Amino acid sequence: MPLRPDTVAKIQDYARRYPSAQSAILPALWAVQYEQGYVTDEALAEVATHLKLPPSLIEATSSFYSMFLTRPEGRHEVMICVNAPCMLRGADAIVAYAEQRLGIRDGQTTSDGAITLRSTIECLGACGGAPMMQVDHRFEENLTPDRINAIFDHLRTAPAFHEQPPAEKKPARRTPTVSGEITRSGPSGARARTRKASK
Amino acid sequence: MGLKPVLTKDFGTEGLRQLDAYERTGGYAGYKKALSEIKPDDLVELVKKSGLRGRGGAGFPTGNKWSFLPKGMYPRYLVCNADESEPGCFKDRYLIEESPHQVLEGILIAAFAIGCNTAFIYIRGEYLPQYEALESAIEEATAAGYIGKNVLKSGFDVDVILHRGAGAYICGEETALLTSLEGYRGEPRLKPPFPAVKGLYGKPTVVNNVETVANLPHIVVNGADWFASMGTPTGKGTRVWCMSGHVNRPGNYELENGTPIRELIMEHGGGVWKNRRLKAFQPGGASMMVLLPEHLDVGLDFDAIQKAGSLAGAGAMVVMDETTCMVDAARRYVKFFHHESCGKCTPCREGTFWMSNLFDRFEFGEARPGDVDLLLDMGYNIDGRSFCPLGDASTWFPRSVIKYFRDEFEQHIAEKGCPFRKETEAAVAVA
Ligand SMILES: Cc1cc2nc3c(=O)[nH]c(=O)nc-3n(C[C@H](O)[C@H](O)[C@H](O)COP(=O)(O)O)c2cc1C
Ligand code: FES
Repeated sequence: MPLRPDTVAKIQDYARRYPSAQSAILPALWAVQYEQGYVTDEALAEVATHLKLPPSLIEATSSFYSMFLTRPEGRHEVMICVNAPCMLRGADAIVAYAEQRLGIRDGQTTSDGAITLRSTIECLGACGGAPMMQVDHRFEENLTPDRINAIFDHLRTAPAFHEQPPAEKKPARRTPTVSGEITRSGPSGARARTRKASK
Repeated sequence: MGLKPVLTKDFGTEGLRQLDAYERTGGYAGYKKALSEIKPDDLVELVKKSGLRGRGGAGFPTGNKWSFLPKGMYPRYLVCNADESEPGCFKDRYLIEESPHQVLEGILIAAFAIGCNTAFIYIRGEYLPQYEALESAIEEATAAGYIGKNVLKSGFDVDVILHRGAGAYICGEETALLTSLEGYRGEPRLKPPFPAVKGLYGKPTVVNNVETVANLPHIVVNGADWFASMGTPTGKGTRVWCMSGHVNRPGNYELENGTPIRELIMEHGGGVWKNRRLKAFQPGGASMMVLLPEHLDVGLDFDAIQKAGSLAGAGAMVVMDETTCMVDAARRYVKFFHHESCGKCTPCREGTFWMSNLFDRFEFGEARPGDVDLLLDMGYNIDGRSFCPLGDASTWFPRSVIKYFRDEFEQHIAEKGCPFRKETEAAVAVA
């Protein structure tokens, strides 16, 4: 599937913005994933033509980075960190609870295509709010079973980001915070940004 | 000593993420002062005199780093390192989230000081809300004329490019970061040549951490002497400590350097949760060595923590209570390093793989007598033999745990499994 004209325009912009077009590879791949939900070989080849670089170079770079998906997954991605600081606050139990609630195992997608669940050893930068999860890259912290239920219920019906009507530019919202405390920075039931359901 | 909000002083102000509110708290006064009153070379001297040391991990004096740029070689680049991925660290996220303009102002001041016309921010891919906060700050600052050609009629041109990573801890290491920014796989490069001489696109480059640059507006406005009056003789100013684990109030706390660790954990953190006893804590993040309750009176300061046998690193504080399985904690960190090893050098790629396997043996009851020494042997063969500090650092926490808690490893062998597993209650009552 060829890239949409607006995505192509973005990629060409990136190529001009950097001192070297090669630096535009990561932003270009983000634009691809943002549009199509994952990065196909076909899209890699197209990025190569727009950046005027060999396809092998695009692939060499893209395969290094864990956030680019190579196959379709659920409309929403739920990531739970299980590194030591999160483990100390009960992350393992949260993973077990999420698995049971969704009826899937780590790495799987629910049968309705709504949610892909992943536990990760990569710290997601919310250790102070552990146990935590990232829902489509929005933070959810200090999780309780009730909160998890509410998040999952919302995701079951929420469309993936690219299927929503164009969002109006949201005001830069300040999260309520007490000095010295980390806050939940995502709106609850965060919107999907980068994933697309399997076709 | 104690709480000393400098960077976090205005956090909580309504609308601080927006330019007008930030300016009402005194924002961009430092940038304007620098542009109108201070020559770039004097700015470098000012930062040298302040004693500011990098907050990204290594604690290198910032002014000195800037002065290593070879004279007369242009273009020069500044890259603000917002890749924050060290397990236990979430201070840069907090600084960006609460006040993106403060970080941006610091970047602009640094760019002016070193004569850089194109500055970059490399932010980790997972920090999407933070990326958006910086993106809108850059838009606002551009509209206000702080970014662009001939800024405030000073003759200074500057552009800021926000670059999003895509999930690789190694890209926080400065040479890997530059390689990644150039569009390659994020593998580290040999030093020397240091980035100051041959960095981004082969040009002189400075890499500075988010918290480091966030200090600059305050140093410019209040002066080097004011900054140097805070902290310890070799660790000036404050640091934002991100505390996690078994404390009552985890979170970010900005403290004057030299404040005792006891105050951070017991007072600000509200002590160990559930009325349990403190078993150990770890300053600096996943890489750094574990310390014991007997070290509670050590000051939060690069040199003091190093003397106590650990490192202050990126300012994390992970607190562990008496129910913690130290073997399992080390196992998670080792798994992390294995997962994040870029694969360029053998000791790190293969060593972290084998260490991770061995840790699984301990945790799941398959460890054999002699395995503790095997683990130590692996550690010695990785540390100092890896291409970059990622491999070295993967061995520091496990080896320090063996030093202080060797009996727990032996217990895992004797009892064929984890003696803590059944006792550990879940932190959240899971339905
Ligand atoms: C494996 C590894 C990961 C690192 N990750 C980061 C990081 O996420 N953020 C950061 O500022 N520095 C990180 N550093 C340190 C950087 O290499 C560099 O020293 C720092 O960004 C310099 O900035 P400073 O002088 O302001 O501290 C890392 C170093 C290593 C070896
Ligand atoms: S260790 Fe889990 S978010 Fe940091």
